[in-house]
Amino acid sequence: MNSKTTSSRPERHLTTGLRVYLLRHLQVFFYSLGQLSRSPFATLMTAAVIGIALALPTGLHLMLKNARQLSGGWDGATQISLFLKRTVQEEQARRLANQIRNLPGVAGVRFISRREALNEFRRLSGFGDALTALEDNPLPSVLVIQPTLAASDPGKTGRLLQRLRQYPAVDIAQLDMQWVKRLYAIMNIVQRGVLVLAILLGIAVLLVIGNTIRLAIQNRRAEIVVMKLIGGTDGFIRRPFLYTGFWYGVFGGMIAYLLVTLSVSILAGPIEKLAGLYQHHFRLTGLDAEATLLLLLIGILLGLGGSWLAVGRHLREIEPA
Amino acid sequence: MIRFTHASKRYTSGFDALQDVSFHMPAGQMAFLTGHSGAGKSTLLKLIALLERSSRGQVFVNGQNLGKIPRWRIPYFRRNIGIIFQDHQLLFDRTVFDNVALPLIIAGYPQREIGRRVRAALDKVGLLGKEKVYPITLSGGEQQRVGIARAVVNKPPLLLADEPTGNLDPELSREIMTIFEEFSQVGVTVLVATHDIALIETLPYRVLALKNGKLHYDSDPSEET
Repeated sequence: MNSKTTSSRPERHLTTGLRVYLLRHLQVFFYSLGQLSRSPFATLMTAAVIGIALALPTGLHLMLKNARQLSGGWDGATQISLFLKRTVQEEQARRLANQIRNLPGVAGVRFISRREALNEFRRLSGFGDALTALEDNPLPSVLVIQPTLAASDPGKTGRLLQRLRQYPAVDIAQLDMQWVKRLYAIMNIVQRGVLVLAILLGIAVLLVIGNTIRLAIQNRRAEIVVMKLIGGTDGFIRRPFLYTGFWYGVFGGMIAYLLVTLSVSILAGPIEKLAGLYQHHFRLTGLDAEATLLLLLIGILLGLGGSWLAVGRHLREIEPA
Repeated sequence: MIRFTHASKRYTSGFDALQDVSFHMPAGQMAFLTGHSGAGKSTLLKLIALLERSSRGQVFVNGQNLGKIPRWRIPYFRRNIGIIFQDHQLLFDRTVFDNVALPLIIAGYPQREIGRRVRAALDKVGLLGKEKVYPITLSGGEQQRVGIARAVVNKPPLLLADEPTGNLDPELSREIMTIFEEFSQVGVTVLVATHDIALIETLPYRVLALKNGKLHYDSDPSEET
């Protein structure tokens, strides 16, 4: 009985200690929010700077994502189209297709006969009526060759292309989708650019928050001195400033979200119209829940980081004298 | 409670604020520290509260060698000392209650305990009922008593006061001293720096006098130093 009470006492003490600690955190959490709401204009200005800085890379990222989605339909690897001479008969063409199918580096061959080509063209081009006016089918038969994955790098496809050109039945051998590759390469560069921009703007956010917190520290110099005199630890003194940085990050992230969402809604209409002109169904996608959460999280981390830097540098300078 | 052994303090400017000071103050004693301004009173108090560190010699408080306390331990060390300043060092954007509660909040006392202790401390200095007002609306004497309440609210064993009656008239000064005497009677060690000779001559406590940074006079040198 006696040992039971002594063993339970420190435990109870520990839980009260923890509860008090969490309560203090909660109080500072809302206290720092209250401090910010006392000067709403200044707070909004700082948060807006952060918001714009975060919105820029977020918007660019979104653009890239949409562009990738748009080009996703052409994601197949390189194809080679062999346009056969018009004198080549269908039987002959089929034999050639079988021959090519057995070549190394070829995954598959699709034969499109002249009639099929005509039908396809009629269906897709909208020149159906004009074509029926023609006496003769102007289209050649085509072999569409899909290289194996291992052979789809530019060097190997180039060699395959050379080899296919040497068949006497071949009129033109054309490497398709080269431009898709170029587009991807360009998008990769743009993506790098966005990353660099995001890092630079992230640093800017860090500095903006750091500077704001530095001013807050200077405004509350007297309070910090008193805290230090009566035994406040660095952690205790730091806490309200860290929470202030946290709030700046949250507000900045929210403003960034609003800016991006607003921009998307402004652009969505015209882009849909443009896609419609290309007979293409395309909807601009906005920020999904995951991206929004990530945006807020990055804002919060930058807010905490900026204030941590400022507090670490300036709190030591203030000593009671 | 406080022991100085050949303690000196030279500021980086080269000024010797304290030179070879040795004395011992047993626990529960009340003493006055006097001397002209610039004699080193404030520096001596700063060494005790670890606001400064001695350049030579040692300072012990409650058996602890202050030279061995690392920077991060200083806040915890200061929680055992109540410090009262001439300019009160109150926070004017907070109520009297919040000012006095600050040391308890810093030390992580539970909410219920804080209310009880703050009211007890305010009662002791005669300011119960002024909890909710802001310090700016109080008189100088009342502000000083708020400062005292804050210093004693977590019941530290040692109380330091730097010119606590500097801006007060003799009658209010006398009142403040009476409050200190009451704390001394319940076992708190009290060291008051003041140049108010007229006041301390009427009181039966030990006097340490500093002159140009040296201990010039000690009315009651207690045993070895």
